Amino acid sequence: MDKTVNQKAWFLVLPVLLLVAFSAVIPLMTVVNYSVQDTFGNNQFFWAGLAWFEDLLESERMWDALQRQMIFSAIILAIEVPLGIFVALNMPKKGFWASFCLVVMSLPLLIPWNVVGTIWQIFGRVDIGLLGYTLDALGISYNYTQDFFAAWTTLIVMDVWHWTSLVALLAYAGLQSIPDAYYQAAKIDQASRWAVFRFIELPKMMGVLMIAILLRFMDSFMIYTEPFVVTGGGPGNATTFLSIDLVKMALGQFDLGPAAAFSLMYFLVILLISWVFYTVMVNLDKRES
Amino acid sequence: MAKITLDNLAHSYMPNPGSEDDYALKELNHDWVDGEAYALLGSSGCGKSTLLNIISGLLHPSQGRILFDGKDVTQTTTTQRNIAQVFQFPVVYDTMTVRQNLAFPLKNRGEDPKYIAERVQQIGQMIGMEATLDRKCRGLTADAKQKISLGRGMVREDVNALLFDEPLTVIDPHMKWELRTQLKKLHHDFGHTMIYVTHDQTEALTFADKVVVMYDGRVVQIGTPEELFETPAHTFVGYFIGSPGMNVLPAQVDGTTAHVEGQAVPLGAGYAVSGKKVEIGVRPEFCTLTRDEGLPVKINRIEDVGRHKIVRARFEGHDVNIIAEEGQEVSADMTRVTFDPAHVNVYADDWRVAPHGARKGEAA
Repeated sequence: MDKTVNQKAWFLVLPVLLLVAFSAVIPLMTVVNYSVQDTFGNNQFFWAGLAWFEDLLESERMWDALQRQMIFSAIILAIEVPLGIFVALNMPKKGFWASFCLVVMSLPLLIPWNVVGTIWQIFGRVDIGLLGYTLDALGISYNYTQDFFAAWTTLIVMDVWHWTSLVALLAYAGLQSIPDAYYQAAKIDQASRWAVFRFIELPKMMGVLMIAILLRFMDSFMIYTEPFVVTGGGPGNATTFLSIDLVKMALGQFDLGPAAAFSLMYFLVILLISWVFYTVMVNLDKRES
Repeated sequence: MAKITLDNLAHSYMPNPGSEDDYALKELNHDWVDGEAYALLGSSGCGKSTLLNIISGLLHPSQGRILFDGKDVTQTTTTQRNIAQVFQFPVVYDTMTVRQNLAFPLKNRGEDPKYIAERVQQIGQMIGMEATLDRKCRGLTADAKQKISLGRGMVREDVNALLFDEPLTVIDPHMKWELRTQLKKLHHDFGHTMIYVTHDQTEALTFADKVVVMYDGRVVQIGTPEELFETPAHTFVGYFIGSPGMNVLPAQVDGTTAHVEGQAVPLGAGYAVSGKKVEIGVRPEFCTLTRDEGLPVKINRIEDVGRHKIVRARFEGHDVNIIAEEGQEVSADMTRVTFDPAHVNVYADDWRVAPHGARKGEAA
């Protein structure tokens, strides 16, 4: 088959190319550029090769932050996904209360990150915060600025408060798409509550849950604002997650080279884990059918 | 297996139904004889599915009682009633294999694994899916899924009744025949009470011993296919059953003669009719085109459907359909129509009026 050749057609791609270049490629390349150079100020740069990457791989600080980040994401996924499903299962299916629940559930999602951080920062304070004061009055030692365990608990509870709604709403959407006949058939088949969940509700929710897990993973892996506002990464380095560490390095110490190398690694790690997640889940899906 | 009795049953989806119009299912008394196959026939939204769901216990009626073999089960759950039901759209458990799907109702009831395996094999054979028993259900065609649903409905042997809610809607026509035949055979072999909801008259008439015709939340006639055809109790039955349906013409009835728009039509028997709206109904099968006798009609078109011809005509603004059998003459100068007097029914306010005494030409 003969194709019409018209090289001028390339001009049609040009706007998109320009847009992508300015919005993604050039900024990313700037970072790549920094990551292979060193500077002593005065805007003079020297070629540093892969030195920053080598440093980074040997840096205990980075590995610690990465480990904290992994643990944090794992914990909040382990809490938010089952909890979100549980909430969705117990939400009313229709009528006034269904709409009411939907609105209430979406409220935390509408609050800006730093406001969430501020709310919990104050809420947890021992002197004026309701939570902190109450716990203190009950004789429970709770101080998120000094205690490792209290800091982690606060951040996790805060994230659960902020984001479980997202999982719940997505799961709820999945549940709503199940026709009544399925539940009726299950009744007639004398299926237990667990069987209804395992064989009807869960399979129908799988698609949206996949999206929920992926979204929650990526978001939690990039978390910055809330821990920055609440604990500032402390006590010590207890809640210094990757992004907090990165900002310290890039803006606090102004180590552009190492920070650029860090950014690239960070980006690649998220990309890699998301890809693995996605591939595993899609394969699971395929194996089912 | 059980006799199912509906006692003063009615249902409304509203919390405080006022007038009769608020009821999706109007007051109803009926016995479903043990071991018979019934078809519940009616157009969409006439209350068929409501009635079915009340019998199966998925819905609790606003008033009245349901009895299984004389025992009141109105307030019991579906499980306690021990009923099997198949729905309009296929319901299968996607993540299970066909075999697991069929075994599910038995397993939930704690049956012996050996018996389950045997029974599932048997049902698998019956629905023609032996070869695919170990496939995951996901990705199967709608046909196959519905066959599994049917199989799951039939897998329990001890059910009180088998209910079908338009189960063949999604099935290919050639498969429909096969499955319907299977169902009939099943009924014949096991003698379950079966209630089959459909809006397809062919399906109803071929499947059932007795057809229950519903219209606007009310049961308008219960009878054998022959009764529904010969003596429709309500103009809706006449219109709904038959292809095309019964011709209904407004008339004044005086003894053995009806007057339609001033033209006399002889009746098969004498009638004493009172009612606001009086009509006569005659099926197209009992109408004959003639040259010089009967009502003058204007013929609009003739449809040749192979076995016979359907003549679409109009008489004084009313549609009259005539079926001309193969070999019967139809020509342009035949512009009159006569009715077979023995098959003209009289209706007052849509309900059939019984004639005085026996019809002419019919044994008393």
